[in-house]
Amino acid sequence: MSFLRMKAIIIKEFRQLSRDRITFGMVVMIPLIQLLLFGYAINTDIRQIPIAVVDQSQSTAGRVIIESVKVTQVVQVTQRYATVQEAELAIKQGEVKAALILPNDLTQRMMQQRVLGQWIVDGSDTMISSAILALQSMPLTDFDFDIRPQTIKTFEVVLYYNPTRRSAVNIVPGLLGVILTMTMILFTSTAIVRERERGNLELLITTPVNPMELMIAKIVPYIFVGLVQVGIILGLGHGIFDVPINGSLTQILLGTLLFISASLTLGLMISTVANTQLQAMQMTVFVLLPSILLSGFMFPYEGMPVLAQWISEVLPATHFMRLIRGVVVREADLIDLWRDTLWLAGFTFIGVIIAASRFKKTLD
Amino acid sequence: MTQLAIEAVNVVKKFADFTAIENVTLRVPKGCIYGFLGPNGCGKSTMIRVLTGLLSPTSGEVNVLGLSIPKQTEALRLKIGYMTQKFSLYDDLSVEENMQFIGQIFGMNSKLLRHRIEKQLIIYGLDALRKQRVAGMSGGQKQRLSLACATMHNPELLFLDEPTSAVDPQNRRDFWEQLFDLSEQGTTILVTTHYMDEAERCHRLAIMESGQIRADGEPEMLMRDMGVNVIEVYAPNLRALKLKLMACKQVRSTAQQGVRLRVLIFQDVIDPIEWLKTTFTELSHAEINLARPSLEDVFVCVTGEGRQ
Repeated sequence: MSFLRMKAIIIKEFRQLSRDRITFGMVVMIPLIQLLLFGYAINTDIRQIPIAVVDQSQSTAGRVIIESVKVTQVVQVTQRYATVQEAELAIKQGEVKAALILPNDLTQRMMQQRVLGQWIVDGSDTMISSAILALQSMPLTDFDFDIRPQTIKTFEVVLYYNPTRRSAVNIVPGLLGVILTMTMILFTSTAIVRERERGNLELLITTPVNPMELMIAKIVPYIFVGLVQVGIILGLGHGIFDVPINGSLTQILLGTLLFISASLTLGLMISTVANTQLQAMQMTVFVLLPSILLSGFMFPYEGMPVLAQWISEVLPATHFMRLIRGVVVREADLIDLWRDTLWLAGFTFIGVIIAASRFKKTLD
Repeated sequence: MTQLAIEAVNVVKKFADFTAIENVTLRVPKGCIYGFLGPNGCGKSTMIRVLTGLLSPTSGEVNVLGLSIPKQTEALRLKIGYMTQKFSLYDDLSVEENMQFIGQIFGMNSKLLRHRIEKQLIIYGLDALRKQRVAGMSGGQKQRLSLACATMHNPELLFLDEPTSAVDPQNRRDFWEQLFDLSEQGTTILVTTHYMDEAERCHRLAIMESGQIRADGEPEMLMRDMGVNVIEVYAPNLRALKLKLMACKQVRSTAQQGVRLRVLIFQDVIDPIEWLKTTFTELSHAEINLARPSLEDVFVCVTGEGRQ
């Protein structure tokens, strides 16, 4: 291994990167735009679901109940119908997601302490149905008298780390994993293929460069690129979305370095398999989608079936999600999360070896 | 006995069921410019790739600069320069940066590198272009840069794969001057081409066709020993005459060149001019001369059997 040769390739990569303006711009714009977009857009606290009301009771009690439901801010009454059939049609047509039906014997039901009304819900979106299900036993406090017996709590729940249940606290560190997966794998997956497509490789392999030097030198410049992106995401996340950074910066740096290296080696492995840049990009997307959907970024790992969990365990993004959320939100360190730390380190180490051994200095 | 830079014996290279090189034996003496002449797809590039260790031969012995290939390929890499058929330097780097990159890859320290770059820039007439990005440069400029990079580390042996296919005649002439300079300094050069005039400049030459060497030797010798006489006929109705001549077994080949017809007649016809005049009555008063053989005649003579 020659340090001089690696330095030559690293300098060359930096020069090429700095001259490719669009790529250079994307390094900054991807994390910036995506963070602003997703930070605001992805929200798991459902609010203002459009609903219809069918108040057959036409009573004061009915109006009070509807007001109490509105006050929760979970729903927004957009339609009023006279019959259940009309409400069902509106749900079918997608005008509203649910309808609250208050029967004409409402006042009598109140006296008898029976169920007061019925929700019919478009249950196809489970997040929306859960939000409405939570209204099942909502307290009614707007009456002068107790109309429902006080429910007694079985448990007291204390929410650590994110007591106000803001999605951004979970989304922003997760976004770090998604954006790094995307840019890091894409950069390196096209790295070797591009040299092959442009004919540079035929020259390069007649020189004394050895595969390991080439692989390491191809990764190093993008580690810096990755760190710039981490800085942007965490900086903005902290500044705009008020995401607490509880863990130490050293731990965050070490954790992201591990993940950046793992993603870059994954990209390099793709690069040694693909023959064209288009193929390399397709393979990147093939890795990217599960990294978004199965890594725990969007849906909790615990909810996935066992097979999906196995796939999830293979992806570096999954381990990084746990690691970075642990460090940033829960003030954990890499030792506390040693399983994920070890996986990322091992993945990088083995990945570089595989990529270097797959890269042949012949045209056979 | 002259020392050999390249010795390849009975080399065969197969790709699946296609045989690209069939039993080629090649000996290149040190310090000479050795040409590989042949049509596209005859195996020239494959042969170069075998000799540089980029492809491993299916069978046969390859020895380059005393190193056994492909086993000792890594040791060979430091001693050879290679200029690929397609331009293979970096378009988005400048002339100087490309040279810097290649120099560092070959392990030059910064002082030696600076000195070497200055020298190469002047030799190859690139010092005015040093800061220019390669992307906007002409075919001739790119070719000079390729040669400058291929010779950065003073290689003992230089492989050039169709180096002049993208440049104009003036640049080609200058390029060959530079090759002679390198040869003068002791560099062995192996160059492939499909231009006859270029092939004629080589010290030695091998004519390749369908993966085989059909003839090799000095260009003069090849022309002398080709076993045919070259006759030029000035006559009307050349197209019709050509067809008639081609039917004779004494005629190796014919080629029309403007108002002349160039006829290659086997040497067992003692007096070819007389033979033509008596066999074809319409030529009895035509102007017929014996001509100096050219490399193209040699090429036509030795090839044309196994093609298709």
